[in-house]
Amino acid sequence: MDATPQMTDAAYDAKPTRTLNGAEVVMRVLSELGCEVVFGYPGGAVLPIYDALFQQSAVRHILVRHEQAAVHAAEAYARSTGKVGVVLVTSGPGATNAVTGLLDALMDSIPLVCLSGQVPTHLIGNDAFQEADTTGITRPVTKHNYLVKRAEDLAPVLREAFEIARSGRPGPVLVDLPKDITVGPAPLNPEGKRRERAHPPRLDPEREAIRAAVRAMKAARRPLLYTGGGVINSGPQASTALRQLADMTGFPVTSTLMGLGAYPTTDRQFLGMLGMHGSYEANLATHGCDVLVALGARFDDRVTGRTNAFSPHSFKIHADIDPAQINKIIHVDVPVLGDVGRTIEAMIAEWRDIPDEAPNLDAWWRQIEAWRAIDSFGFRQDTAPSAIIRPQHAVRRLYEIVRESGRDAFVSTEVGQHQMWAAQHFQFDKPNRWLTSGGLGTMGYGLPAAVGAQVANPDALVIDIAGEASTLMNIQELGTIAQYRLPVKLFILNNRYMGMVRQWQELLHGSRYSQSYSEALPDFVRLAEAFQGKGLRATHVGELDAVIREMLAHDGPVVADICVAQDENCYPMIPSGAAHNEMLLGPEQQAQAASVTQAGMALV
Amino acid sequence: MANMVEKRAVIGVLIEDESGALARVVGLFSGRGYNIESLTVASIDPEARLSRITIVTTGTADVIEQIKAQLARLVPVHRVRDLGADGPCVARELAMVKVVSTGETRTEGLRIADAFRARVVDTTSGSFVFELTGTADKVDAFVDLMRPLGLAELSRTGVAAMARGPGVL
Ligand SMILES: Cc1cc2nc3c(=O)[nH]c(=O)nc-3n(C[C@H](O)[C@H](O)[C@H](O)COP(=O)(O)OP(=O)(O)OC[C@H]3O[C@@H](n4cnc5c(N)ncnc54)[C@H](O)[C@@H]3O)c2cc1C
Ligand SMILES: Cc1ncc(C[n+]2csc(CCOP(=O)(O)OP(=O)(O)O)c2C)c(N)n1
Ligand SMILES: [Mg+2]
Repeated sequence: MDATPQMTDAAYDAKPTRTLNGAEVVMRVLSELGCEVVFGYPGGAVLPIYDALFQQSAVRHILVRHEQAAVHAAEAYARSTGKVGVVLVTSGPGATNAVTGLLDALMDSIPLVCLSGQVPTHLIGNDAFQEADTTGITRPVTKHNYLVKRAEDLAPVLREAFEIARSGRPGPVLVDLPKDITVGPAPLNPEGKRRERAHPPRLDPEREAIRAAVRAMKAARRPLLYTGGGVINSGPQASTALRQLADMTGFPVTSTLMGLGAYPTTDRQFLGMLGMHGSYEANLATHGCDVLVALGARFDDRVTGRTNAFSPHSFKIHADIDPAQINKIIHVDVPVLGDVGRTIEAMIAEWRDIPDEAPNLDAWWRQIEAWRAIDSFGFRQDTAPSAIIRPQHAVRRLYEIVRESGRDAFVSTEVGQHQMWAAQHFQFDKPNRWLTSGGLGTMGYGLPAAVGAQVANPDALVIDIAGEASTLMNIQELGTIAQYRLPVKLFILNNRYMGMVRQWQELLHGSRYSQSYSEALPDFVRLAEAFQGKGLRATHVGELDAVIREMLAHDGPVVADICVAQDENCYPMIPSGAAHNEMLLGPEQQAQAASVTQAGMALV
Repeated sequence: MANMVEKRAVIGVLIEDESGALARVVGLFSGRGYNIESLTVASIDPEARLSRITIVTTGTADVIEQIKAQLARLVPVHRVRDLGADGPCVARELAMVKVVSTGETRTEGLRIADAFRARVVDTTSGSFVFELTGTADKVDAFVDLMRPLGLAELSRTGVAAMARGPGVL
């Protein structure tokens, strides 16, 4: 029977009188869960879903040019908005192409739901056309995954997938959808109760742990806040709380690559990133501190260096939502399980409650300022107009000109030296603006990530700070950018080398540059034009500012080919397996540091 | 400094019966390089669709903690417990041992089986199948004694275990 005439649209939506098919249920549940955008690519096994997508308007679809790019775009969409990113791919090759992106999201704690098509249930196991054991292949690269075998499981599984993706330590969840399930009828709200999943994560920290942590913080003489991506995961209120905690304690703050922006990188209390390519002051402070407060960070090996020499004299506090991160790499004195935002808020309250005087940190800050005076990210740019552009200078000018423009900027990166220079020289005073592949280090992340960030933030300035080699790994996304007229700026620090590889070969393999030269590069300017964008090039310092300004002024997509010094190395650098106080400095800082280090070492 | 001494642990896991659940557990161990000395699994509550897994593993105290935390992170896992955390647990294994022999060695085998309280579950003129339940050490000892007496085939279930006392998983 038809719907009764007095029914409102909303009531009609809520109670369809016609039986929905599985694909329609997928679309309904997506919009019910607040999903506005899906990044995807069609194929036989998902045609019913694409058909249902075609017949509704609540959920928008962005057609990428490769399924890996769909996942990276969804990652950046998620990271820049705090929402769950959604991906739709077909069976077999569609699903396998998504694998790299899923692992990238797993490593970097990004909430995603990936829907993949599958052959009909009765064909599973028969080596059917475009069949892959998708749940088997993706089991180790997802937080959880499902194969939906019964129509009545469809809607509940989708709802649970979103919940799992965003709760606790966020991560990617894959739902494999056989074609008979999406073609056949499926209930939107099946009868019967589903079992409650056993473990909601603990959000509020234990009072005792907070007490022990703050007691140690109040007694500290050389404290350090070591903040990570978990502060971003927790949400903007965690960043606000972090600023308040730093302000009331006067503690210095360092951040991992993934945490950049949670604390304003321009603030005097910020020491720069720590770790392999972190600042001198951040790493020596980590080495020399007496109380280390890790907030939503996971002691990654790029951060710790040699673990038995990591921050050897400190009392360690570790706030994390995931019990599996506690004592995984570094043994800590006080674990604090819970959401890091709430943990920081509880620390603030406890700090106020303890009557003891706040510690006097003057000597510690004097030491830090002495380290800072080395200016470990410093470089000298020859300012003659014909001089070769140093890559650090290109990033610094990009930042300064963006800041002048006053626009809200989102920066993605590829992987390599340019990524580290972006981390060192671009400044972020807000969270969720920095989009980079940290844990997996996936070359080809940045361009699709820029797509996702621009879709999520249509009026913002979105820049991919790229290397020429990485860019070519997902260059096809210039097609997506053209189709949706996304004004993404692809800013290539073109050193004609896989620079990061070249640097390791120079330092560790006797300068034998095996296969690291970027041979036969395309003309990026003409490439941009071929994809209906604007192409720009700067070959020496005199052209740089004008190219950056023109790039920002253009309201469409731009590829800026910035030809930079080919032999530049990224410093400081802690060689893998070395300790923080065995950092290599750039040639410009080396001499100066020798004397300071002696003094510093006496203190720490 | 973390304790570097390796110890054996018996871990009990309550997990939902769903496809792929066991693969998640096994994949976790192989993917993260943890040892599995023995792993047993069977449904224990078909109505609630729950299975129990018993894993015998070895590692430093930190690694055992990691294993527990990683297991607890798996979505279908309901409970994880180190069954030996508060003192030794009861752990038993069942083995079937086929011995093919005649004459003197055959009677010797029977005598030893009797001493171990192994049951004879199959007999032909030239063979026995013994069923033996006990600790893994007891099974090892029995198997060693049977080896020169015509041991032909061995099937072991792996360890099932429970903590002592009133506490439950
Ligand atoms: C070429 C290259 C060089 C690199 N060099 C460096 C370097 O010099 N320095 C550096 O720092 N990194 C570097 N990295 C990145 C590095 O590999 C790691 O990705 C990074 O250090 C991990 O950051 P994190 O510890 O903040 O953890 P993330 O990977 O961001 O993990 C977040 C942590 O927070 C927890 N968490 C999540 N949500 C919450 C919540 N709500 N409440 C509490 N806790 C939560 C999670 O359980 C997890 O432990 C480099 C990467 C590449 C590719
Ligand atoms: C998919 C993938 N393959 C290989 C690597 C190893 N790798 C890390 S950095 C790098 C070179 C990157 O070169 P480019 O994009 O030009 O950046 P640059 O270091 O020159 O700034 C390579 C090959 C990787 N991180 N990802
Ligand atoms: Mg390069």
